[in-house]
Amino acid sequence: MELYTLIPVLPLAAFWINILFGRHYIKDNAHWISVPAVVASWVIALITLSDVLGGKVFNQDIYQWIVSDGFKVSVGFLVDPLTAVMLIVVTTVSSLVHIYSVGYMHKDPGYYRFFAYLSLFTFSMLMLVMANNFLQMYFGWEAVGLCSYFLIGFWYQKKSASDAAKKAFIVNRFGDFGFGLGVILIFLTLGTLHYAPVFGSIGSVAGQTLNILGTEVDLITLIALLLFCGAVGKSAQIPLHVWLPDAMEGPTPVSALIHAATMVTAGVFMVARCAPIFSLSPTTMAVVAVVGGVTAIFAGTIALVQNDIKRIIAYSTVSQLGYMFLACGVGAFGAGIFHLYTHAFFKALLFLGAGSVMHAMSGEVNIQKMGGLKKYMPWTYWTFLLASLSIAGIPGFAGFFSKDEILWQAYAAGPLGKFVWVLGAITALLTAFYSFRIIYLAFHGKFRGTEEQKHHLHESPKSMTLPLVLLAVGAVAAGWVGIPPLLGGTIGIEHSDKFGAFLAPVVGHPHASVHTHAEEWAVMGLSVLLAISGILAARYCYLKNPELPVKIGEKFKFAYRVLWNKYYVDELYDCIIVKPTFWVARNIIVGITDGKIIEGVVNGVPAAIGRFSESFRKIQTGFTHHYAMVMAFGLLAIAIAVFFF
Amino acid sequence: MVELQWYLYLSAAVFTIGVFGFLTRRNIIFMFISIELMLNGVNISLVSFSHYLQDPRGQILAFFVITVAAAEAAIGLAIIISVFRNKETVYVDEMTETKG
Repeated sequence: MELYTLIPVLPLAAFWINILFGRHYIKDNAHWISVPAVVASWVIALITLSDVLGGKVFNQDIYQWIVSDGFKVSVGFLVDPLTAVMLIVVTTVSSLVHIYSVGYMHKDPGYYRFFAYLSLFTFSMLMLVMANNFLQMYFGWEAVGLCSYFLIGFWYQKKSASDAAKKAFIVNRFGDFGFGLGVILIFLTLGTLHYAPVFGSIGSVAGQTLNILGTEVDLITLIALLLFCGAVGKSAQIPLHVWLPDAMEGPTPVSALIHAATMVTAGVFMVARCAPIFSLSPTTMAVVAVVGGVTAIFAGTIALVQNDIKRIIAYSTVSQLGYMFLACGVGAFGAGIFHLYTHAFFKALLFLGAGSVMHAMSGEVNIQKMGGLKKYMPWTYWTFLLASLSIAGIPGFAGFFSKDEILWQAYAAGPLGKFVWVLGAITALLTAFYSFRIIYLAFHGKFRGTEEQKHHLHESPKSMTLPLVLLAVGAVAAGWVGIPPLLGGTIGIEHSDKFGAFLAPVVGHPHASVHTHAEEWAVMGLSVLLAISGILAARYCYLKNPELPVKIGEKFKFAYRVLWNKYYVDELYDCIIVKPTFWVARNIIVGITDGKIIEGVVNGVPAAIGRFSESFRKIQTGFTHHYAMVMAFGLLAIAIAVFFF
Repeated sequence: MVELQWYLYLSAAVFTIGVFGFLTRRNIIFMFISIELMLNGVNISLVSFSHYLQDPRGQILAFFVITVAAAEAAIGLAIIISVFRNKETVYVDEMTETKG
């Protein structure tokens, strides 16, 4: 048994202890079980990282899971640079969120349940990233979805929360269906599900086609597109992005851990893990890049006008995930993972900061009713500001390095790359604008809430501000491992930065066409310029001239309404999917199949038997004499029969 | 020497009286007595056939019938008593609980 095995096992143990003994014995001490377990996982993850940095790669099966003739699947762990990065992201954010929840969920009746699910989620996510075969990844993939469902609907008494949980689960089902088909197709094609042989021999089926309904489809493209379906669902890309903003109904630590830092990035991780497959299909790569780019700008524009602080950050997450796919689509898987890694810190920090604000505001989420919070909660303000600077891409902060890396790789990747680069650059402007819109509306200016709320304002307890500070360190410094050579960072292979070189053995490195340093400076300068102008624009609109946004909204009423209603995607789904489904359910399933056919058989058979026996029961009159007469005549009949026949 | 047929006439008469009583009486005690009559009517023919054929098996069978009749009387009377306790009647017309 390797030490690595303990990384997922510890949170699983914490889950079982809390779920079995939480209700009656552990109760409000649940964090004493979960927090040490997850922190221990984090320590082991650090050891793992140092092993991997030392060049060690671990790939071993530890248990034969399924053996059925040729179909063999085992539970096994693969620890390589990509896994090591994910382990650090997952265990770090998970540990901090666990600690934060001690303060945030204090006095909640479901305290033990919350920690149990949080630990189960951590276990599932670790199984997902540590898997060495597709089926185990699929297990983790579904298990994180299940935990997401549990935790979004954590306050299940609230109808909106349980609806949001169902929505998340069902929308994910659409993507997972494709992912499942992709895994099956991999097995049918190559006869194995283990990463090493699959990635080793996928090249041998290049150019093969599959006949589907009379059309020849390239096999690898089909596999990659099906896998990407799963990523679209899990990572909330267009057109399956609708569940993520609604998922904000869950407790805020959940939003930070699952719906910002880890689970939603599973799609990006999966695409990076399957880089050998995706790289062989230019069509799929183009699809990934365009879906990512379009999602980035699409979600960014929606975030401009929303008022719910958590929803703004949720759309921001969708937008940033789009960035990551954009990077993967242009072949810069390393840059995508780099952004995933920095994003985990600053986005988790934004969410936890938002949670801290909501804690102080008695659950208020509307930023129009906040203002001036800087004075009351300095820790929250300063950490939130650092996270916003990071996401906006101000030089020196983590987000700058990863975003710049993505934009540069996109720019350098040919005509399609140039197109998605334009989308990405505009999104950078939008990102800076909406991030600082929150800062200026919530933390600056005058307080606009009720007197009661104002009286209640306070800084959050230590267990909540400590994770904020630690994450702020990450939001500032996490990017320093990937400083581009242009700015004096260590040079890895093919002019990549250190982070890219670390991941290159797993995900490869894009062979960027030759560009001059001047171009690289220009791309970098432009994105910095856009970020700063976004911040200044937000300052101008929301601090200097608070009436201006209203006027703009009046003037471009149509655009404002479309953005406010999130491009009417929910309404569209309601029309083309939800309503027809309900119609079919009511009129065909309930009305005909269930009402006529099944109920007809179920009620018809007993009714027929009943009518049949109705005629026989008349014999049972209850009068003893009738029975006696029947006996006597029966006897007579037998006697006659004996005599005469 | 009385001919066998006279015993059989007696037997048939007793049995028929029993059947007639069973079918016509409404009092459950009398119906019970009628059943005893039928049993004894059969006993008479059993014993007479036994004597006529010089075969003791008929008499053994008669003893069996008497034993069964005794058991039947014990159980039957117990049932009648408990029915009477519940319904306060001995008339079978009023006992129609088994109506389907």
